[in-house]
Amino acid sequence: MTDTATPDFATLSPSRGQKFRQRVLPLIALALILALVPALSPSRTVYSLLNAVGINIVFALSYNMLLGRGGLLSFGHAVYFGLGGYAAMHAMRAIEAGDGLWSGFPVFGLPVVGFAAGALAGAVIGWPSCRRAGTAFAMISLGVAELIAAAGFMFASIFGGEEGVTGDRMNGPELFGLSLGPVSEVYLFIAFWTVVGTAMIFAFTRTPLGKLSEATRDNPERVQFIGFDPVRIRYMVFIAAGAFAGLSGGMAAVNYEIFTPESLSLHPSGFVLLMAYIGGIRYFSGPILGAVVLTVMQSMLSDFTEAWLLYLGVLFIAIIMFAPGGLAGIFHGVAGTVRRDGAGRAARSLGLKAAGVSLLLVGLIVLIEVVIRWSNGYGEVFEPFGLMLETGSVLTWVLVAGPILGGAALVRFVAKTDEGGA
Amino acid sequence: MSTPALEIAGLHKKFGPAHIIRGVDLTIAKGERHAIIGPNGAGKSTLFNLISGYFQPSEGSVTMNGAPISGLPAFEINRRGLSRSFQVSNIFANMTVRENVRCGVLHSMGYGYSFWRNIGNLRSVQEKTAEILEKVELLDKAHVPAALLPYADQRTLEIAVTIAGGADVILLDEPTAGMSHSETDRAVALIRKATEGKTLLIVEHDMGVVFDLADTISVLVYGEIIASGKPEDIRGNPKVREAYLGDEADQQAIGGAA
Ligand SMILES: Nc1ncnc2c1ncn2[C@@H]1O[C@H](COP(=O)(O)OP(=O)(O)OP(=O)(O)O)[C@@H](O)[C@H]1O
Ligand SMILES: [Mg+2]
Repeated sequence: MTDTATPDFATLSPSRGQKFRQRVLPLIALALILALVPALSPSRTVYSLLNAVGINIVFALSYNMLLGRGGLLSFGHAVYFGLGGYAAMHAMRAIEAGDGLWSGFPVFGLPVVGFAAGALAGAVIGWPSCRRAGTAFAMISLGVAELIAAAGFMFASIFGGEEGVTGDRMNGPELFGLSLGPVSEVYLFIAFWTVVGTAMIFAFTRTPLGKLSEATRDNPERVQFIGFDPVRIRYMVFIAAGAFAGLSGGMAAVNYEIFTPESLSLHPSGFVLLMAYIGGIRYFSGPILGAVVLTVMQSMLSDFTEAWLLYLGVLFIAIIMFAPGGLAGIFHGVAGTVRRDGAGRAARSLGLKAAGVSLLLVGLIVLIEVVIRWSNGYGEVFEPFGLMLETGSVLTWVLVAGPILGGAALVRFVAKTDEGGA
Repeated sequence: MSTPALEIAGLHKKFGPAHIIRGVDLTIAKGERHAIIGPNGAGKSTLFNLISGYFQPSEGSVTMNGAPISGLPAFEINRRGLSRSFQVSNIFANMTVRENVRCGVLHSMGYGYSFWRNIGNLRSVQEKTAEILEKVELLDKAHVPAALLPYADQRTLEIAVTIAGGADVILLDEPTAGMSHSETDRAVALIRKATEGKTLLIVEHDMGVVFDLADTISVLVYGEIIASGKPEDIRGNPKVREAYLGDEADQQAIGGAA
């Protein structure tokens, strides 16, 4: 074995083909998918949804530079998104007013302004925050977020008070012949920056600093004894994460043409945590998945049910407890099972599992929907498929308890047989 | 005489009221292979922590190649060519063996905190990493996550990361602790090969390993060096026997190694 393994660095590195398949191909696929969307001539609603998804992809990826790759739990990442967005917003107004050099700056390039502002904010705020990791870092990030959000509401001349700052993106020189007026053109702008942001954040993970960031996450003590200062590594990663959050803020500024102090607050900071975590922080693709799923949930589910935040909470808790690898982890697990057991056996066990989880979900949905109507007190009744599920009816509680118990039993059964078979 | 690799003078360390290192003086010549032995809790690991910059001394100084290093941050001392291993494996658990070693190599290859280069394209780093993996015989496990390695291989990786940066003063804290006989033999051979031509300071409980590797031995008891000298002298030293080797098992160990 050792004889055949030549001590050649080339045999250690992945082959050209592997590199291409694992690193370049997914990015090309992303770009292709995004480029093909207009061919389906989507509606305005779909376009706006896709734009929100693109912004959140870059935002969630930037957050994962801290959490997943750096081991730094931040409760205030929206600060950099917001400050980047505000900087872009003010630049947009300067373009409109034709102030000096700004008159020649294309709106298409505003994410660059957001990037710079996010990096600057990261450099200033990161200086004191990155001395410590762990709980201290998390607490400081929370404090800073509160502070900046409060400042956002106080300094009206910069942040525009409650109404925020608005602008008009259809000014200045046009790039690539895009006026950025119709939402379909804004989509192209968002798609461009989503691909650029994703590619750059991915490239970052491949640099020496990116690798050192992972090393510092795993073991900051040891990093000192291979010649690096963990504080400095954290600080540089923090600046980079702030910069990309700012980039996504710049994308949002152009897309929405408004920024309010709300965008700096704990609420979006929590949401980006959820996107990254639910998607899976151990995988590069995790935050992308999380951003897609949560953004779509946010916009679709909130039309169907007022309890959508409850569902989000349930999803988050379920992921933490049962699938710490997130959605990406689930996908990898499924792919692994299929490869190991063959499609036939895997389909049986996965199918049963999926059935169990679906049953659980049915019971849970009935429970939540019935309870929320009862709590509203308008006497409204949950009527799925023509069934009248009143609070007092036996059928309601059978439909709650039955699927939950059945689903739980099924999931347990599958887990047991999987163990037995392994 | 040329400047010593390490010169420790009047070193003290107190943790609150606990006076752990009580005046250590030690000179280690370039190329010397120096073992530190002593009972549990004597302060051997603490001494390593002081030398490597992990702790700041309460008093006294450490000089490396003629330049004072006490007071410098640990990463700075490492950059000047002093590298250490840990008694309890202290590696990057979620990274592969290859990535662990590659991180250890980076700084010595001049790639500081750079974020504008693809690590996969740094030919010199890849070559050096492969060279070290081959030296420690971990090449076939290069793509295994460090956390999944068997214990003995984790200890080997610990040494690999320590030597990766090419430091010329190497501190190893109980490198063979918890290893079986055959694993210990392998580890000793590896240490000898990997530290060739370098200055070695090693803490070790296994007397076989000590007499095998070291040309000088110092005995640390309650934070003081009570004897220092050639292995033969230490073995015959009555003070050492009384303070440290009074334990029957250790006497046997020493007899066995002789
Ligand atoms: N950070 C610290 N704070 C307080 N006391 C400490 C600290 N580090 C070590 N000590 C104490 O110093 C003494 C010496 O510990 P040290 O780990 O240096 O011993 P050692 O000689 O390496 O022992 P062993 O052979 O068990 O590894 C112990 O009593 C320990 O409790
Ligand atoms: Mg010790």
